[in-house]
Amino acid sequence: MKIALQINEGPYQHQAADSAIQFTKAALARGHEIYRVFFYHDGVNNATRLAIPPQDDRNLYEKWSKLQKEHNLDLVVCIAAAQRRGMIDEDEMKRQGKDANNIAEGFRISGLGQLIEAGIEADRLIVFGA
Amino acid sequence: MAKKFMYINRKAPYGTIYALESLEVVLIGAAFDQDVSLAFIGDGVYQLTKGQNTKGIGQKSFSPVYMALGDYDVNKIYVEKESLEERGLTLDDLQHLVWEDEDEDYAEKDSIRLVSRSELSDVLDDQDVVLSF
Amino acid sequence: MTMLHTVNKSPFESKAFDTCLGLAKSGSTILLIEDGVYAATTGNSVADKIKNTSDINFCVLGADAQARGIEAKLAEGIKVVDYEGFVDLVAEHDTVQAWL
Repeated sequence: MKIALQINEGPYQHQAADSAIQFTKAALARGHEIYRVFFYHDGVNNATRLAIPPQDDRNLYEKWSKLQKEHNLDLVVCIAAAQRRGMIDEDEMKRQGKDANNIAEGFRISGLGQLIEAGIEADRLIVFGA
Repeated sequence: MAKKFMYINRKAPYGTIYALESLEVVLIGAAFDQDVSLAFIGDGVYQLTKGQNTKGIGQKSFSPVYMALGDYDVNKIYVEKESLEERGLTLDDLQHLVWEDEDEDYAEKDSIRLVSRSELSDVLDDQDVVLSF
Repeated sequence: MTMLHTVNKSPFESKAFDTCLGLAKSGSTILLIEDGVYAATTGNSVADKIKNTSDINFCVLGADAQARGIEAKLAEGIKVVDYEGFVDLVAEHDTVQAWL
């Protein structure tokens, strides 16, 4: 079965992102396809590679990047929500004339249409939020 | 075949960004020709109230956007009766949302459907995709 | 159509659980996750609501209950599932609604 996820909250502040990672791993273990993970609202903050959690804590963006690499996941960060919150990839950095970018490996920035498309194409859409 | 998309709104506007960003999804989603409904439950009903003026809080008011939903063919707007009553509100406290029915010579029709909890329960049960914010 | 409802808030902090219970149809499943698991303990003020709602299946995510030290206090009749069980519930129901 094709399952899509929407994540509405950033890392650490709320458990939503942790739950979504555990769910994603379990879904893959059960043989399902993760059609897309769509990061919205503060959920876009999951994609910053500049996060430095304490060494004895989990590193959520690294977990996503690793999962992406292993399973070729489609991790999509909403561009409108991302730009509001200062989440920016290299292309946008150049286009907007900014001096830095922060999107971690394995994530891509795209539009809200990707969320609707996930709703259309996937068999199930599950939302993690607050 | 079009899927039935339901956007569930349960949060008040301005205090958090959920209402505004939910509306942004609805507007983008309107281009996908799906069967779209919106439900306003709990504090979500506060999104639709009249008389919002955000000048003093430094935020843009997105209240007028709800009035435009009809132009995007988003015209199934379910408001839970119990949620209004709990908050001391009636339909008169909400903006008058309308849409124009092309099939009936662009007759103006109400978009808001006031439904009881049990009626809303049936509507929810009939959806293919439920988006919550 | 059957729906899987997830609730991730304590019933004492938010109306999410009550709203979900009010709108969930007979035969649907409510899965308590994150802080939502507190609804599933015995002797609390919402325990009767769960007990008296026999036409809805109640499940609790075991990992969240364990994390909060309430596994031994879970009310009878509430099924404990792990994350793979959560995935199975998603697959078994037609739609998923998160009461955030």
